[in-house]
Amino acid sequence: MISYSDILETIQMIEQENLDIRTITMGISLRDCCSDNLQTVCDRVYEKITRCAQDLVPVGEAIERKYGIPIVNKRISITPAALLAESCRSADILPLARTLDRAAKATGVNFIGGYSALVHKGYTNGDRRLIDSIPEALAETDLVCSSVNIGSTRAGINMDAVREMGEIIKKTADLTASRNAIGAAKLVVFCNAVEDNPFMAGAFHGVGEGECVINVGVSGPGVVANALKKVPDGDFSVIADTVKKTAFKITRVGQLVAHEAASALHVPFGIVDLSLAPTPAVGDSVAHILEEMGLECCGTHGTTAALALLNDAVKKGGIMASSHVGGLSGAFIPVSEDAGMIHAAKCGALSIEKLEAMTAVCSVGLDMIVVPGTTSAATISGIIADEAAIGMVNHKTTAVRIIPAPGKDVGDELDFGGLLGCGPVMPLSQYSCERFVSRGGRIPAPLQSLKN
Amino acid sequence: MKKAVITVVGKDATGIIYRVTGVLFHRSANVLDITQTIMQEMFTMIMLVDISMLNISFDQLVQELNQLGAEHALSIHCQHEDIFNSMHTI
Repeated sequence: MISYSDILETIQMIEQENLDIRTITMGISLRDCCSDNLQTVCDRVYEKITRCAQDLVPVGEAIERKYGIPIVNKRISITPAALLAESCRSADILPLARTLDRAAKATGVNFIGGYSALVHKGYTNGDRRLIDSIPEALAETDLVCSSVNIGSTRAGINMDAVREMGEIIKKTADLTASRNAIGAAKLVVFCNAVEDNPFMAGAFHGVGEGECVINVGVSGPGVVANALKKVPDGDFSVIADTVKKTAFKITRVGQLVAHEAASALHVPFGIVDLSLAPTPAVGDSVAHILEEMGLECCGTHGTTAALALLNDAVKKGGIMASSHVGGLSGAFIPVSEDAGMIHAAKCGALSIEKLEAMTAVCSVGLDMIVVPGTTSAATISGIIADEAAIGMVNHKTTAVRIIPAPGKDVGDELDFGGLLGCGPVMPLSQYSCERFVSRGGRIPAPLQSLKN
Repeated sequence: MKKAVITVVGKDATGIIYRVTGVLFHRSANVLDITQTIMQEMFTMIMLVDISMLNISFDQLVQELNQLGAEHALSIHCQHEDIFNSMHTI
């Protein structure tokens, strides 16, 4: 028999501390949808997605009711679409993006990810066509998310792609200017992208994955913050232990939901992503966990150390709770999606430079950062290059999801609404990196020895 | 045996246990364990019930209890016991 205090603790986590399953993401391989005719590709893609994922949303909702825990998103990730673009002769592959959007809407999912290309070493013709189409694809569709991997520890950084992605992000924001530049919020640039990430905008179904798979992303910053409130005078050993125990419990729920979903959908279970993913809701903030540790405001000195401890303890606690852990696994720090980060950025405690340092010790990278609309493509490329360098050298995934908000400047705000939240426009360096970015070529892969 | 945990929280009044167990009786759910207390005028009850003989789906039972909760200003949760076992036992 379970103890009554355990029962009440679980209910309190769900009711008052925003414990939820952030996403059940079905990864679907579309490699068998290739054809030299784009219309055939689109027909096959639509048929396969709607067939594989037809029960995803109802099954997710049934699990929510069975266990009484919210499952916020049901999503689909697909084979990087550049591989499909590769096979067909058509120069204009926008119909593929529209097809993905239609298929996502037909299945009732919240997002579909994988309008992606992997160009960390070089471009194929399909990669080129896909990347060229990203701005229009994200402007014309509602649910499609896109990502581009421009670097890896083994391959180095493709600076031609870095330069191009600066321009693509600018164009994507401009084309969706009337809708708060929402296109740029659906586009992420990676270094060391992972193949089994269930979170958007960067989810895609990697080429090493099977035919169809269920990946689950958990959440629960509010639960961790509340657990830390109970040990106000604990030293860092106590803090780390508390985070580990809490992460274990959160992840066990993720594992339960993942297994249940996989067996109901007759699809293999892939991984549980041990992420602390915040939302703009009160009490669901990663920044507030750091502040609970004793920082007056997230972004002040000590923030990087606090985040490093948090990120490591989340992984240590979660890893024993799940049979397979993967994805991005760690703490997310998306500025606009986290009430504490929004506050810290607004009051000036949190700068982009500090965020960059924080990305060296946590999961992912510069996420949901709003910058002035006048920011040049070269400056965005410079930001991407810096972030990719951190990922490349430290053998970790880093990413940039940045929104150059047209017509907005420092002091303004951009309000996306919903889970994407609202972000203050953050100042950037006023000095140019144009000549650096325009060199092109590749930054060689780093040395794996002589570590210092 | 499939089991569910039902928690009921709300302002104390007469007949809360009667109403909840009434639904369970009609739906062939057998009460295995029950604890109930009043904390600061708040009625709090936790029940463990056997749901293997239900004459409706578990989903429908959850909905009926939610509806009962809404009608009498009670917070009623009915959850499969696995979520608690997963979270609190290794």
